[in-house]
Amino acid sequence: MAIDEVKIGGMGARQKRVEDNRFIRGKGNYVDDIVLPGMLHMEILRSPLAHARIRSIDVSKAWDIPGVRLVLTGETLAARNLAWMPTLSYDTQAVLATDKVRFQGQEVAAVVADDPYIAKDAVEAIIVDYEPLPAIVNPDQAMAPDAPLIRDDKANQPDNKIFDWEVGDREGTDRAFTEADHVSTIEMHYPRSHPSPIEACGSVADFDRSTGKLTVYMTSQAPHIIRAAVAMVAELPEHQIRIISPDIGGGFGNKVPVYPGYVISILASILAERPVKWIEDKTGNLISTGFGRDVYLKGELALRKDGRILGVRMHTTSDHGAFFSDAQPSKFKIGLMHSAFACYDIPSAHLTATGVYTNKAPGGVAYRCSFRVTEAMFFQERMVHAAADELGLDQAEIRRVNFVRDDDFPHRTPFGFLTDSGQYTKCLDLGLAAIDYEGFRREQAAAREQGRLLGIGISTMTEPLGAGNSREYDILGIKMFDAAELRVHMTGRAILRTGAKTQGQGHETTWAQIVAHELGIPADDVVVEEGDTDTAPFGMGTYASRSTPVAGAAVSMVARKIRAKARKIAAHLLEVSEEDIEWELGRFYVRSAPDRGVTIQECAMAAYSNVPDGMEPGLENHAYYDPPNLTWPFAAYIVTVEVDPDTGVWDVLRVVAVDDCGVRINPMIVEGQIMGGLTEAYAMANMQFITFDADGNCVGSNYMDYLLPTAWETPGFELHEVVTPCPHHPIGAKGVGECATVGGPAAFVNAVMDALKDTGVRNIDMPLLPDRVHQALTTGQDVSGAPPVDPEAS
Amino acid sequence: MYPPRFRYEAPRSLREAITLLQEGGGEAKILAGGQSLIPMLKLRFASPGMLVDINNLPGLDHLTRDGDGTIRIGALCRHEHIERSELITEHQPTIAAAAPLVADPIVRTRGTFVGSVCHADPQGDWAACMIALDGAIVAEGPGGRRSIAARDFVTGPFQNVLASDEIAVEAVIPPPQGEARGGYLKLERRIGDFATAAVAVAVDLRGDQVTRAGIALVGVGGTTIDARDAADALVGSPLSSDAIERAAELAAEAAQPRSDHRGSASYKRHIVRTFTSRILTQIDRSTQKAA
Ligand SMILES: Cc1cc2nc3c(=O)[nH]c(=O)nc-3n(C[C@H](O)[C@H](O)[C@H](O)COP(=O)(O)OP(=O)(O)OC[C@H]3O[C@@H](n4cnc5c(N)ncnc54)[C@H](O)[C@@H]3O)c2cc1C
Repeated sequence: MAIDEVKIGGMGARQKRVEDNRFIRGKGNYVDDIVLPGMLHMEILRSPLAHARIRSIDVSKAWDIPGVRLVLTGETLAARNLAWMPTLSYDTQAVLATDKVRFQGQEVAAVVADDPYIAKDAVEAIIVDYEPLPAIVNPDQAMAPDAPLIRDDKANQPDNKIFDWEVGDREGTDRAFTEADHVSTIEMHYPRSHPSPIEACGSVADFDRSTGKLTVYMTSQAPHIIRAAVAMVAELPEHQIRIISPDIGGGFGNKVPVYPGYVISILASILAERPVKWIEDKTGNLISTGFGRDVYLKGELALRKDGRILGVRMHTTSDHGAFFSDAQPSKFKIGLMHSAFACYDIPSAHLTATGVYTNKAPGGVAYRCSFRVTEAMFFQERMVHAAADELGLDQAEIRRVNFVRDDDFPHRTPFGFLTDSGQYTKCLDLGLAAIDYEGFRREQAAAREQGRLLGIGISTMTEPLGAGNSREYDILGIKMFDAAELRVHMTGRAILRTGAKTQGQGHETTWAQIVAHELGIPADDVVVEEGDTDTAPFGMGTYASRSTPVAGAAVSMVARKIRAKARKIAAHLLEVSEEDIEWELGRFYVRSAPDRGVTIQECAMAAYSNVPDGMEPGLENHAYYDPPNLTWPFAAYIVTVEVDPDTGVWDVLRVVAVDDCGVRINPMIVEGQIMGGLTEAYAMANMQFITFDADGNCVGSNYMDYLLPTAWETPGFELHEVVTPCPHHPIGAKGVGECATVGGPAAFVNAVMDALKDTGVRNIDMPLLPDRVHQALTTGQDVSGAPPVDPEAS
Repeated sequence: MYPPRFRYEAPRSLREAITLLQEGGGEAKILAGGQSLIPMLKLRFASPGMLVDINNLPGLDHLTRDGDGTIRIGALCRHEHIERSELITEHQPTIAAAAPLVADPIVRTRGTFVGSVCHADPQGDWAACMIALDGAIVAEGPGGRRSIAARDFVTGPFQNVLASDEIAVEAVIPPPQGEARGGYLKLERRIGDFATAAVAVAVDLRGDQVTRAGIALVGVGGTTIDARDAADALVGSPLSSDAIERAAELAAEAAQPRSDHRGSASYKRHIVRTFTSRILTQIDRSTQKAA
């Protein structure tokens, strides 16, 4: 009798997360929990100005404070050739400023002291003489002919432009536009946001001169990449570098890049010959580390009267801050922006992209998305919404008319990606039925009679996840595959290690479930370990929803290798030839005599006690998985709102989400990911942004100004699913970590725009603060750009 | 959090506390709920030489109502206590409406009403309620006790009239002249957010006549704004839609908002008008219903 897969915590089981056992008891082990003997504490001095020349730095008063062990400036680093470091986007970034500061919050000096209080006092005692320069806070200013040059440190950098880039079919698209019945044009800004994980960044660097070994505990989503980077940048031998990412309190993309603080703490430990801890505060995290978005769009759709899209033109201008340090592994300058419109069957598309430097924090990270996919899908769904309104078409119908059909896969997207599977119309229709679309439209019309403004917004999209395949995606030349290592002990218990790094996604639970599914070993019998480069197999880390598509596939593949060996052992134990052996979950049996069988646990014991002649003992293996393609989950999000015409305040009435992320390993974890993503989507649409005043002061440097929604205002979510397995993934999974963050914002904005339809307003840039909605209502004009900021007020 | 170095004292009597404040000169700061002071220490915006923690002082956590209807809120009475108090729900509608809108549930368990008034944040909710209610702060110092009208208590952003050796021991809300009616509306971007704009309204009614009125505005000026003209316009006649309109207009005029990331100046002014009118209309409706 086969085992009940759900009972052993296999595929589809709503297993409670094993990691939560320690987290809810306060027993997690985060970087700040690491205490090493003789450990010193580091604090960073940050620039108060957005753009200024450094005339001098006087550190003498800092040295005077008892307990200060090191004071480091750009000069100290420059002497070791470490004042600048390479970025993941082939630019350079200052570790500690030498010549100029280029954004508010930039690292200027560091103090290492006996305790953090002393370090903080000493940092305040450093006197920096700045010569202020005009700050550039948006692309228009950056590209003005007389704009001050931000990156005067670089040769061949005459202006503030980073790149011009293009992709797609310019001529074909031009032709589509001449043939169109209607051209819809829209401009918008996707504001700067911040991943703001609850745990800020930090590290404990421990260089041991006696062994030559450098151990760094750090908040990294990708410890192996860090090891490679440290080996290359610091020219330390790779085998003498051990990066340990212990428990991580959220990442959302923020913990992919290499930050100055890590580098300085490593150097400090080498110089002090003692462990050095650096723990960033929340303000430091918000003002200096990788942000998300900050992209302007000019978008055009060429349409037929019936809503068929004939061509897409997009021009994006992205504000990258002072250093081009986007953390993304593709050759495409603007990431995967050209994954836009992948769910629609569109003959031609053309994208041009310009990137600029400004005096703002660097590091356009993929904040819970695959490298600019969030912007791509937001722009797409806002463009489609506006076009439908202009043509007087129904919002659902325009999407149905353009969807790639279920029988049209594999499908080449307008910009050349290859999608593999999906049931787009089915998903949308399921969502429309759930929210009672027709009923809502009637209710909306009735409410309008009484002066009440109801709106419904739809967002449908398929997005590329799981970077990458190794042909097209790499980080500093390292290809984007992942590995898993599985060791089954003699009692049938096992340890699994991967090169991914969980930060809240629940790998410790999910990976064990994959092993349970492949081998019939109960999930509770499998311990999962990640994050230590000395023990974990190589891997590119966890971001871009890539863990299940890549590392998860590697788990499957290594379990299958184990099963193949166990099958040989089973044949030996059952004294039949391997061809006569059949597998059911957890058990091999003789085909002709099904009650003669051995369990996987019995095979495990035999692997250590009774292997056939000539077979290597033991039951362990590893697998590298190089995904053949990206995976493409689909989602339909539908939101209804009511807008208060007097105040512009809008309340969410309902949120319906239909996600097709392929096969769901742990549906509860999947639902948690979707709810978290929708919460972030709501936050960006409603309240969240980082903006700057004219002097480049960051408004949004703490949680009073940068708002994370709480349980109080977060709406309820109604989740539905469609399952279209990924044809090229071993267990048919497509990844889900980011779908809702990516697809969600447009649904909220579209709902408000739908409520305002009669006013003629076509766009309000996020966040849709009550003020901005009210302004649109009273003026009938679009509201663009960042909210007003009074320089005196900040 | 790594604040600058300070001396910490936790006296057990008011006398002792006042002596410590005297000793500290201007360098000592009172620590009540810590929900404003601790963040300022964390950000190193404040660097007091000494913290005098008043949480151990006896007899300061009261929330009572005298026979004549006077409400007394002790210096250690937390926001949460006020929010859950039946006394307040029954007798003080302005305070009752504001209580669930102050900060977030976590902050409310620690922060104090009196501390909030002392802190004099132009975006603080309680100072506005106190002004609208013609309340007073009772302070004790080496020379004994004195009572200071809330209207005179706050002198500017984060500034009050207390001497450095005085402790505010209670907030006092005088009995209503008739029936106490009122409300509080606050536009916030999220729970726990300070007001983009908020309006406190307190109206005493005898029959349908307004005997006393107070309107105070939050987040629309350098300090809490006493919209005296708006309130005065209501006194001596019944609430009517005309009177409400006039008061709302005058309240909007009294606002001195600035544009910032919470909203534009003109929007904040509009919110003051809308909220004033909404609260008064609500009072008017419920009065008519009762009649
Ligand atoms: C996340 C967050 C959100 C918040 N949101 C809001 C909000 O929406 N609305 C709002 O009104 N407030 C808000 N607050 C502030 C909160 O209400 C504080 O509790 C209150 O402002 C101060 O009260 P406290 O007891 O905590 O005072 P403390 O922080 O202890 O002290 C504040 C100041 O008052 C002085 N002080 C305190 N008690 C006395 C006394 N008895 N005599 C003399 N001086 C005294 C102190 O010396 C100090 O200068 C928020 C706070 C936080 C942390």
